[in-house]
Amino acid sequence: MSSRHPSPIVEPSRLRPPRPFRLPPLRSRRIAPYLFIAPFFALFLVFSLFPLVFSIYLSLQQWNPAEGLHTMHWVGLENYGYALTDPWFWDALYNTAWFALVAGVPQHLVALPLAFFIHRRVKRGRDLVVGAYFVPYITSSVAIALIFTTLYSKDYGLINAALAELTRIPFIGSPLAAFTAMKDGGIDWLGDADVTRPAVAFVVFWRYLGWNLVLYLSGLQVIDKDLYEAATLDGATEWQQFRHVTLPLLKPMMFFAVTLTIIGNLQLFEEPFILVDGEKGVASSVMTTAIFMYRTAFSDGDFGTASAMSWLMFVLIAALTWVNARLFGRDPRSAHGKR
Amino acid sequence: MSDLHLTRRSAARALLVAGAAAVLPGTFPAAAQVIPTRAPASVLRVATFPDLDRAAIAAAPRWRALHPDVELKLLSMQYADHHLSMTTALATGSGLPDVMAIDLRYIGKFAGSGGFVDLNQAPFNAGAHADEYVRFAMAQGARPNGAQVAIPADIGPGTLIYRKDLLDQAGVSEAEITRDWSAYLAAGERIRKATGAYLMADAADLRDIALRQGLRDGEGLYFDADGRVLVESARFRQAFELGRAARRAGLDARAIAWTNDWAAGFKQGRIATQMMGAWLVGQLRNWIAPQTAGLWRSAPLPGGVRAAYGGSFYAIPKKAANKTAAWDFIRLMTADAQVQLESLQVLDSFPAMRAVLRDPAMDEPIAFLGGQRARRLWRETAASIPAIPVNRFDALATTVIRDEFERVVAKGKAIAEALADARYLIERRARRR
Repeated sequence: MSSRHPSPIVEPSRLRPPRPFRLPPLRSRRIAPYLFIAPFFALFLVFSLFPLVFSIYLSLQQWNPAEGLHTMHWVGLENYGYALTDPWFWDALYNTAWFALVAGVPQHLVALPLAFFIHRRVKRGRDLVVGAYFVPYITSSVAIALIFTTLYSKDYGLINAALAELTRIPFIGSPLAAFTAMKDGGIDWLGDADVTRPAVAFVVFWRYLGWNLVLYLSGLQVIDKDLYEAATLDGATEWQQFRHVTLPLLKPMMFFAVTLTIIGNLQLFEEPFILVDGEKGVASSVMTTAIFMYRTAFSDGDFGTASAMSWLMFVLIAALTWVNARLFGRDPRSAHGKR
Repeated sequence: MSDLHLTRRSAARALLVAGAAAVLPGTFPAAAQVIPTRAPASVLRVATFPDLDRAAIAAAPRWRALHPDVELKLLSMQYADHHLSMTTALATGSGLPDVMAIDLRYIGKFAGSGGFVDLNQAPFNAGAHADEYVRFAMAQGARPNGAQVAIPADIGPGTLIYRKDLLDQAGVSEAEITRDWSAYLAAGERIRKATGAYLMADAADLRDIALRQGLRDGEGLYFDADGRVLVESARFRQAFELGRAARRAGLDARAIAWTNDWAAGFKQGRIATQMMGAWLVGQLRNWIAPQTAGLWRSAPLPGGVRAAYGGSFYAIPKKAANKTAAWDFIRLMTADAQVQLESLQVLDSFPAMRAVLRDPAMDEPIAFLGGQRARRLWRETAASIPAIPVNRFDALATTVIRDEFERVVAKGKAIAEALADARYLIERRARRR
């Protein structure tokens, strides 16, 4: 229309360049916070929530990924039943429980008194001492694997070399020599079913001791010093102070540390996986549920069963955390207040 | 204002699609197609792994000369990562290459997936070229229904590599270690006594070879043609018994292949023999024990067993964008004599192409083996290895057998019970799918 009948008078407003688009101030203020938090929610949705929900869905399906998405089919709770009746699942669960006890309990039995000792006695260079204990926790798994496979090597390892030297010492030498002779001249730390599990458990203990030490030290530092002074004035020995002051007041931290250990040990994967070659027959003796899940999914191609196992483990971890909460979860100060 | 609103919305939509296409390549093929870039047919994506990638790199100039219009793009990842990533690609149907390299160990699982082109069909007609390749290797790349899903690039004829100096020191001849299993074990005891060296790296090596004893064309290793599990057969019983006897006699160093102890065992002369693919000679020469050059020899596997150790294949995924060029590449890598000979020289990988097996290079002496013309022996072995079909549960069965064998040799479990348990576990896992 306008081209056919051009207006002889051009309105001034039409000559002005178009204004850049701007949201009204009130509207932009409303939107801005959502834009700022959007990246987190987008990442959370894609990398946390979706895999979580998808794994529930997958646990009700039978699916071999190499055969494509279209081969996925609904089996209901069959995967759960299959996992619970699989002998290897129970073997893996036993191994996991074994590691949780043998590698987990000593972490706390050593870290707690050690933290108390460092807190009370080590004044100079404390950070250095704590740092030294903490280093294994932050060391890369690959480096740990390299170091320990070298240390544990049957024919060329430092541990067996040291044991060979110890056989020269009177009294302990003879039984040690007899033991190593029984083991074909040297202990196969990562290849003999009798010793592989303890050898791996030691690495787990060594790696997480420093973490628990730091947790307990931070718990000790918030305990009021007046309590110790009062106990000293009342004639309490150091052991009595530890038993009747430190331990009760550390219960919340013990709850936290033990919870983390339960969760960590029931999900144990890295140490046994990197230390013991999956090709070794002995690998089954250190196969934790996490490793079994990995094998079921990526070697056997059964993602449905692997997902079902992960949810079974979730239930187990939740149950054990609840038990732990019943044992350690109550704050002694609030319990005292209630009385 | 409404014009502006529409423009913003369409711009946002375009941005969203472009962003998604950039983040998830292959997920939105339609979006990827609208991007004005090189036509899809001009790039050939080949997913491979070390050391096989070196053969492709060596062949790249020849590819460029033959196909100047098709750019060769090699995507190489570590062995395990490559096969895991290809499993994921097959699962989602996205990110698939035009050509996929597959190791023998994964061929059963991948071939059974149904995600690959049947190369017997037109326009590839691999069946017409079947005679160009070693027979057993072609059988490994086929599905039970006869579909040819992968073409062999290299093979690993099984051989017994032994330290001649250690055998001489113990007064043991080659005939004694190859005649039969009992002679092999008896010779091992003499070698151990005279030199202190172990007969073998691990008793599991002996088990793995012995359970291939007497296999004929068409017979499966773990499953028969109808999918029945065979692990309770006499073949497996004998293999377990031999492995246990070797362990009890202290003849194995308990060193798993590719570990530090295993490599150190070769370097220091603590392992007298090793049953493996012929390609091990190249590995020994290049990095495991180069200082032992001239001390080794190659012999047939004990007991007249003919077996293959390893091998590499190429396959074309059904969703590959550039199938014609992919087939040309596969033919170049597997059926071009020059390329196959280059692979032999670069990688010490034994050719799968029969014509190359008649090349004069096969008669050359190998310095690392003290001048032995061992390739002649490997050629004969390759020609007589039975064509054993692969099963998609072979890898699973291998894991179960390995674990049960460990229970026998380490915990004293009865062999019959171990094999019965192995059968139960394999059937249980295989029956569901």
